[in-house]
Amino acid sequence: MADRALAPDTPELRAAWGDFAFAPAWEEKAKAAIARYPAGRQKSAVMALLDYAQRQVGEATNTQGWLPIPVIEYVATYLDMPVIRVLEVATFYTMYNLAPVGRFHVQVCGTTPCMLRGSDDIFAVCAKRGMKRGHTTDDGMWTLTEVECMGSCATAPMVQINDGNYEDLTPERFEAVLDKLSAGELPKEGTQEPGRHTSEPSGGPTTLTAMVGENHDYRGEW
Amino acid sequence: MPKVTVDGQEIEVPDGATVLQACELAGKEIPRFCYHERLSIAGNCRMCLVEVKPGPPKPQASCALPATEGQEIRTDSEMVKKAREGVMEFLLINHPLDCPICDQGGECDLQDQSVAYGRGGSRYHENKRAVTEKYMGPLIKTVMTRCIHCTRCVRFSEEIAGVDEIGALYRGESMQITTYLEHAAKHEMSANVIDLCPVGALTSRPYAFEARPWELKKTLSIDVSDAIGANIRLDSRGREVLRALPRINDDVNEEWISDKARYQVDGLTRRRLDKVWIRKNGKLQAASWEEAFKKVAAVKPGNSIAAIAGDLLDCETMYAAKALLKAMGSDLLEGRQTGMDYDVSSLAAVNFNSTLAGIETADAILIVGSHVRWEAPLVNVRLRKAVKRGAKVFIVGPEWETTFPATFLGNDLSVLSQLPPEVLDAFAEAQSPAVILGGAALAKGALSAGLSLVERLGLVKENWNGFNVLHFSASRMGGLMLGYAQKGGMADIVGATPKVVLALGADEVDYTQFADSLKVYIGHHGDKGAHAADVILPAASYAEKDGTYVNTEGRVQFAEKAVFAPGDAREDWTILRALADAFGVSVGFDSFTQLQSAMIAEVPALGQEGLANYGVLPKAKATKLSGTIDAYPIRDFYLTNPVARASTVMQKCSAELLHGSELAEAAE
Repeated sequence: MADRALAPDTPELRAAWGDFAFAPAWEEKAKAAIARYPAGRQKSAVMALLDYAQRQVGEATNTQGWLPIPVIEYVATYLDMPVIRVLEVATFYTMYNLAPVGRFHVQVCGTTPCMLRGSDDIFAVCAKRGMKRGHTTDDGMWTLTEVECMGSCATAPMVQINDGNYEDLTPERFEAVLDKLSAGELPKEGTQEPGRHTSEPSGGPTTLTAMVGENHDYRGEW
Repeated sequence: MPKVTVDGQEIEVPDGATVLQACELAGKEIPRFCYHERLSIAGNCRMCLVEVKPGPPKPQASCALPATEGQEIRTDSEMVKKAREGVMEFLLINHPLDCPICDQGGECDLQDQSVAYGRGGSRYHENKRAVTEKYMGPLIKTVMTRCIHCTRCVRFSEEIAGVDEIGALYRGESMQITTYLEHAAKHEMSANVIDLCPVGALTSRPYAFEARPWELKKTLSIDVSDAIGANIRLDSRGREVLRALPRINDDVNEEWISDKARYQVDGLTRRRLDKVWIRKNGKLQAASWEEAFKKVAAVKPGNSIAAIAGDLLDCETMYAAKALLKAMGSDLLEGRQTGMDYDVSSLAAVNFNSTLAGIETADAILIVGSHVRWEAPLVNVRLRKAVKRGAKVFIVGPEWETTFPATFLGNDLSVLSQLPPEVLDAFAEAQSPAVILGGAALAKGALSAGLSLVERLGLVKENWNGFNVLHFSASRMGGLMLGYAQKGGMADIVGATPKVVLALGADEVDYTQFADSLKVYIGHHGDKGAHAADVILPAASYAEKDGTYVNTEGRVQFAEKAVFAPGDAREDWTILRALADAFGVSVGFDSFTQLQSAMIAEVPALGQEGLANYGVLPKAKATKLSGTIDAYPIRDFYLTNPVARASTVMQKCSAELLHGSELAEAAE
């Protein structure tokens, strides 16, 4: 039932990640995160530390990273808290990957606004390229996950790939993004619609139109 | 003291009470799943919805809403009825309809409340959620599909037990309750989550599919697995005790019992002594009662007879033996089987004076030689409460895994005469300072050194006596009240070289010391005592006789007989009465009632349920204490008494939880 499941605790996993420890750069960030809270409240930094740990795993595996059980245990020891409490946090938030992901973690939003604006077509593109929900492609490049609203409804449909958002997608634009990624280039993040900058109204402003070019005093018109 | 109106009835409720508590005070029943008096408030089941004015025009969760002045609460309105029905319908969406094969059936909160507050039928046609089972150890059986996510078990293990091992993974509909990586729950109170679980998600593994609650005879009894005297209920069917459950007694066990108290009962049917045995040519052979009595009487011991009380004995048995010995002209009575010889001239000095409920109000606690978690798990729960309230705990003795922050002061007992400054500081500030002396300390002769702390640390104040001795034998305080103590301890008994030794369920004695005596074992299990005995007279266990028990705080409690003893076994007092006839002496009682009144006439405190008064603490004698505590007397929590040692469940727990062996499970 649950889409997410912990990677099984095997001797191989322990062998691979058993000696995980923060690299100096991440350790510095971790210390800074802990320092945000009063002494003795270091547990509050658990979410930040899990993120850093995941990113460090990501650097090692050249992916977005994930959280193997020994790494979760490392964070628990680091924060002096029961490991079950850390595991609760890690399993609660979908931002933490509980199983290895591919080079690019394609998170397609399927919530209502994106669905109405054509997320089904985006999924179709993924399917065409051999991606299956919750799976990594055999070449290790793509992992597809369907996610709930990412708060980018004004530029729906949207996809988050690793740390970048790609918005205002059509099947063609999405294909272009994926092609660039697989070619090793970095596509432009944000909206993919020509002429649009961020989330301003599509097709030009519909209100305060007189303000576009220069400042305009509307007060006389009230 | 806010005044609120509940269904038109105006009542005053204590400050800080919740709306739910206010409704209860008004005599209204509020259905609930996640709310539990002894756990923190979670507010996630939503079953306790009521209508509260002033407030938003919607039902509110009463368990998490403070009662305030002038609230108008309705528990009987149409809105409340509909809200409860709605919540119940949601809870039942994913709850399987497997009551006929569920062990909780008949004592299930969800079942009861859906009858009382739910809709008649279901409108749900989708597939139900299914959750894989989780392994939680040899005691807890899980069927997680039934779980309604009340998180009582999570809160219990975190707050009461102090061992964070159960958690809720994933979120929303996918939420699953599990132990970390499905490891066994490893603490002494783990099975209490079975009682807490309002549905059949966590049920008792050893009791699985044994019986339905309505088939069972319920007997009020007292637990003998430690000296706390936890109030239990023995559920029996026919001649077998099927399970033990805690009863609520805030002064003793609140509503918890240790796993040993709960699960040693299967030992009551195993390794039982159910016929008379006599040792002939070095081998035990079955015999008749007449032969046995003849053999014992043939020794003609005169006054050369001793009685050694075991750990599980009731006061009546000990008194009957005492009366027999008195009639023979002997007073060689001893209950401290391992040879402890602390001074018992004042029982106040060997009592848990702060009381069990009182220890949780202590704010500085010094534990000397006690592995509290194993010797008295229920006291450990209280200590954790005390620490949560801000108490500082210091422990002298080998380190053990505490469930609360504590400072270990090392094994050397000489630290008592020169306490480190941090301890002195903590005690100087304390309003209710307490010292707990354990068995390991008593064995090293630390009693008088402990008493000397009374003055130095100011343990006795008005309405507060913080000097505590923590025993772990259920019979200890009762035995001491009945005079089961020689000045020199067991050595005095050995020194007297009695012709006959009556071993009353005594299994911890080194019987090689009594090589020349006729050892008559009167007990219920074929354990160490029976192995060494010359004559075995089968007797009744704690479940098979009425009896009075005194716990470590001097609380006199009465237990009732749940089942009959197996085979030829008899209640202990009848055996001792018959022995009196065999010896040709008169003990002055012919029935249990007569025995009891004779006992109460001699020790009036035993006739009154409640705390016995032992008077004031004696003055300490100046002593120089040295030596180290190298180990605690309990080596294996699950196997401390003959009943537990005979229990397969306890053996399994010991092997798996303490010795880490894999539980052998058949492939499924």
